[in-house]
Amino acid sequence: MAQSLDKDTLARAAIGAPGPQRGTLGRRVRNTFTAYGFLGPAMGLVLFFFVIPGILLVVLSLTDLSSANFSDPWTFIGLDNFERLFADPFFPKILRNTVFYVFTTLIFFNLGLALVLALVTTNIPRRSGFFFRLIWLLPRLTPSVVYILMWKRIGQADPFGIYNQLFPEFLGASGGNLFLGGSPWTFVILTNGFVGASFGMIIFTSALESIPKDLITAAKVDGANVWRIIRDIKLPLIKWPLLFIATYQTLSLLTSFEYILLLTEGGPGLFTTEVWALTAYKRAFASYFGNSQWAFGATWAIVLVTVALLLAVIYVKLFKFNELIEEPRIENL
Amino acid sequence: MTTTEIEPQLQPAGPLHKTREKMGRRFAYGFLILSITPILIGYTWLVIATISTRTEGLLPRNAQGGIGGFTLRNWDFVTDSAIWNAMLNSLLIAVAMVIGVGIASTAGGYALSRMKFAGRKGFLSMTLVLHAFKAEMLLIAIFFVLRFLGDIPVIGNYIGFNTVGGVALVMIALELPLGIWLMKGFFDNLPWDMERAALIDGASRFRVWWQIMLPQVRPGLAALSLFTFIAGWNAYLVPFTFTVGTKVANMPVFLNQLISDTAPTNWNAVAAVGLFQMIPLLIFFIFTQELLLNIYAGGSKGT
Repeated sequence: MAQSLDKDTLARAAIGAPGPQRGTLGRRVRNTFTAYGFLGPAMGLVLFFFVIPGILLVVLSLTDLSSANFSDPWTFIGLDNFERLFADPFFPKILRNTVFYVFTTLIFFNLGLALVLALVTTNIPRRSGFFFRLIWLLPRLTPSVVYILMWKRIGQADPFGIYNQLFPEFLGASGGNLFLGGSPWTFVILTNGFVGASFGMIIFTSALESIPKDLITAAKVDGANVWRIIRDIKLPLIKWPLLFIATYQTLSLLTSFEYILLLTEGGPGLFTTEVWALTAYKRAFASYFGNSQWAFGATWAIVLVTVALLLAVIYVKLFKFNELIEEPRIENL
Repeated sequence: MTTTEIEPQLQPAGPLHKTREKMGRRFAYGFLILSITPILIGYTWLVIATISTRTEGLLPRNAQGGIGGFTLRNWDFVTDSAIWNAMLNSLLIAVAMVIGVGIASTAGGYALSRMKFAGRKGFLSMTLVLHAFKAEMLLIAIFFVLRFLGDIPVIGNYIGFNTVGGVALVMIALELPLGIWLMKGFFDNLPWDMERAALIDGASRFRVWWQIMLPQVRPGLAALSLFTFIAGWNAYLVPFTFTVGTKVANMPVFLNQLISDTAPTNWNAVAAVGLFQMIPLLIFFIFTQELLLNIYAGGSKGT
């Protein structure tokens, strides 16, 4: 202790710096300037592409801006957009779709299948487990457009569709187009789930691999079978990763719509597979009426952004990420 | 506990237990193989389609309806200048992202890891929340920001709406919360003896960062760069939303135009473009497997 203090004092003396408690105002200001110099690029980008858009979204939702009156000055119309949103005849359907999509994908794939894959691949020889996890990573690595192209081809109508050829008249296949006909939701959930499951799989795998081997061996010696080991030892020990994936993926699913946009565009028909995030996007950028309703799209978005921000804050608090914000170690030198 | 007490409980290690273990293993492999079938089918089709005139299911068909009809005509696009333009745009976006995210994250991560200044805690909490927050919802408002940036004289022509630079800027910003957190984590793990010695010797913070710290976080920076490059190369939603027409389209946007514009779609030509686009990714996939699995764990990205 004494030695390290000496080292510090010597160090400060060498550069003529005052001790931590004696930092002059000028020096602190200079430190802050240096720090902001380093942070400058990041701060600029965050300001322009997160902070300002966040504020702008609120402002937009109070106007009636669309591509029709776009050159006029912005007119503020109060909360009309919000009234219109809740009065939308498809509002209940979109809400139901969103809840259904988020929880089905989450439970069956992003959480359920992810957990099963992690449990199974850690129970077989290491190299085999690694191989299967790697294959499962492929969909995540594939460009979304190419990935959806493959799924479209799987679900195509006869004679081109792969599913229709392999399993004629099986599980809903009738020779027709599956993702724009027979079972659009199945395809929406499968396409998202096959990408979503790998994230949980990787996280759970590393959590499972860090469980001390002694625990498992001891349980085996005591005669526990595989199911008991999973239920009584493994699952309780990966409780936090499970909770982390559940919250994180809820947020992800709630706000992502890229695969649905590429696969069904919310169809077939009216709003069949349309989720909240996609509605916001389509209202603003791809309205059926050839009119980009930016303000109305922003209204849909701001509701979702509020929910997403709340979830994000909850998840940061829940996982005590605040501990990551500890003080830096050589701040005063 | 004596050995005699353990003996009977070790009984399962007998032949019966062995068969059960074998069955369990067979079940495990069966399940895993079944689970990856759709993925393998998708890729199998992609490869077969690129070298055949047309496919029905997974079968290549010739003009008479028999199996066959292999051709390389689907690859004719390589002589089309539009695709090279799209390729160049993809490359520009990806490289700009690697550079931009790399610089902003290593500089920002260093400051957040090592310095004390007013506003540090606030900025750190904000990036943390943004890291969890999905920015796709801000696209509507970013559209207006880009249009505003486009009005700036001179540089506006390069970073506004419908420019490759604008798309790259947005993509850099969206990756930034992740990048800053990853790099801050890497800096946090470094011992600070060397850095301190250099500061005592009178080196500036910038020099310390550049000459001493950066070489030490090289593995982390490599992982972040790989992740960012893939994100940039695959980017669809942002370029699709903020570009119009074919001149500024990147590969995914170009490919999707191929699917939706031509009627009927020539699926086999589209498949060839898709496979072409995946070449760099497949190279990464083969040579950086371990790293990929690791960065997607730390990367916390995607649905």
